[in-house]
Amino acid sequence: MANILEITGKRTLNYLEYLGSLNVQLWATLRAMRAALPLVGNRHRWRAAVHQMLDIGVNALPMVALLAMCSGFILAMQGASELRRFGALRFVVDLVAVGFTREMGPLLTAIAVSGRSGSAFAAEIGTMTVTEEIDALKVMAFEPVEFVLAPKYLAAMVAVPCLTIVSNFFGILAGGLFMLFSTHLALPLYFHYVMSSIQLRDLAMGMLKSLAFATIVAQVGCLEGFRVHGGGDAVGRSATTAVVRSTFLVIVADAVFTTIFYFIGKV
Amino acid sequence: MAIISVRDLVVEYDGRRVLDGLNLDIKQGEVMVLLGGSGSGKSTLLRQILGLARPRSGSISIKGTDITRCSQAELNKTRRAMGVAFQGGALFNSLSVKENVALNLREHTRLAPSIIDLMVWTKLSVVGLAQFGDLYPQELSGGMKKRAAVARALALDPEILVLDEPSAGLDPIVAGELDELILFLKDALQITALVVTHELPSAFRIADRIAMLFDGKLLAVGTKEEIQASQDPNVKIFLNRTAENPVHAPAMAAYLEQYVQNQGAKS
Repeated sequence: MANILEITGKRTLNYLEYLGSLNVQLWATLRAMRAALPLVGNRHRWRAAVHQMLDIGVNALPMVALLAMCSGFILAMQGASELRRFGALRFVVDLVAVGFTREMGPLLTAIAVSGRSGSAFAAEIGTMTVTEEIDALKVMAFEPVEFVLAPKYLAAMVAVPCLTIVSNFFGILAGGLFMLFSTHLALPLYFHYVMSSIQLRDLAMGMLKSLAFATIVAQVGCLEGFRVHGGGDAVGRSATTAVVRSTFLVIVADAVFTTIFYFIGKV
Repeated sequence: MAIISVRDLVVEYDGRRVLDGLNLDIKQGEVMVLLGGSGSGKSTLLRQILGLARPRSGSISIKGTDITRCSQAELNKTRRAMGVAFQGGALFNSLSVKENVALNLREHTRLAPSIIDLMVWTKLSVVGLAQFGDLYPQELSGGMKKRAAVARALALDPEILVLDEPSAGLDPIVAGELDELILFLKDALQITALVVTHELPSAFRIADRIAMLFDGKLLAVGTKEEIQASQDPNVKIFLNRTAENPVHAPAMAAYLEQYVQNQGAKS
């Protein structure tokens, strides 16, 4: 019995410690962010940030677009099979439009970015830790948080919302294609319905979420990298842990946000 | 006047004492070799001197600044007087050799790019890598990596050069070249060098003074002759390369014999 309590306590403390270091790292990054900004900051950091933006954003475009298309189709078809029984097929438009802007777009993008870039951050920084490159940065009077993390975080904060917009568009487009083939609803008319069913608020909520998810994915990925101890196997494990933890935290954060928005929306 | 002085340094990991009240003075312009076997605490001492870890008690002053108590800004200022070449080189993999050497100059000085190019070329020529500047670290051999790391360490013309295991993992000829390089730098630039190693021939070739580390304590500090004449049993063991816990062959044979007999008795 005592053993179970002991284990539970230890695990809880470990999780709290993890969340604590995540917070510390986030504040350190925010303090170092100025260096990564264009014009006012260090141009080498800005250049690194642009490179990262291309990698996180542009290179992920095909994958995110395809993912969003598939999910859009799935959402439309699953919705249609139920809604058809009530003769409410038209509401598939609302389902897809609102579902994507509020929920699916940000979430899908975050999961895709966590798998592609979160793991890459962890592996890159983990390797730098193992090969003493992080120590080398420190003794060369560079701040690793500013040198490595700030450009990545800035890039994620720019690229993830952009990807979310792309994902929203392709998801909704897939819904439109489904409506075109199943009910011969013309695409321009479909987009007209979409525009009348979503509000700016839905879009803003989605963007807010995607910023939060970008923070989680970038910070968890980098923290896992900095926490690597040992050799090459630890780097591999850190990449896996980064994906698992960031996906988990993204979904928890999503639940929290959705709850908050739900109650705000009711008032 | 000592350029680096370590006073009563105590370092503990998880309650295990790794360095136990260590005192060491390194004079301006000398090559000090830190000699010791694996687990003797020499890497720990090095990390302390570089300010990468904080001690439990004691102090380290470099050029009059106590780096165990000073602010981050003061630490960074002190670090600019030190050039460090890590064991594996710790070159940044995403940058070419030239860019690795240029990094410090580019970010910590306001020199014109053409001057930086010239300085990088000079440093690379000193270590004999002038024609390899455009290669990336992964394209270099082990010895070239270490020489490139020395070039990077020299970038800001440091007063103190720190080398971690310069000859580890190199063949005797390349290791010998590196020794000559260290001697050349000492003569040409009047640099103070701290070299951590466990290679005896290299240590006796380059050292002005040798500090012998064993079990977290300094066994002996002195010139080559003084170390060789030392009567300390542990120093003698290290110098004569006799194993501390030799495998006792007769005891092993007796044990095996007994084991075989026991197995025979059972069946």
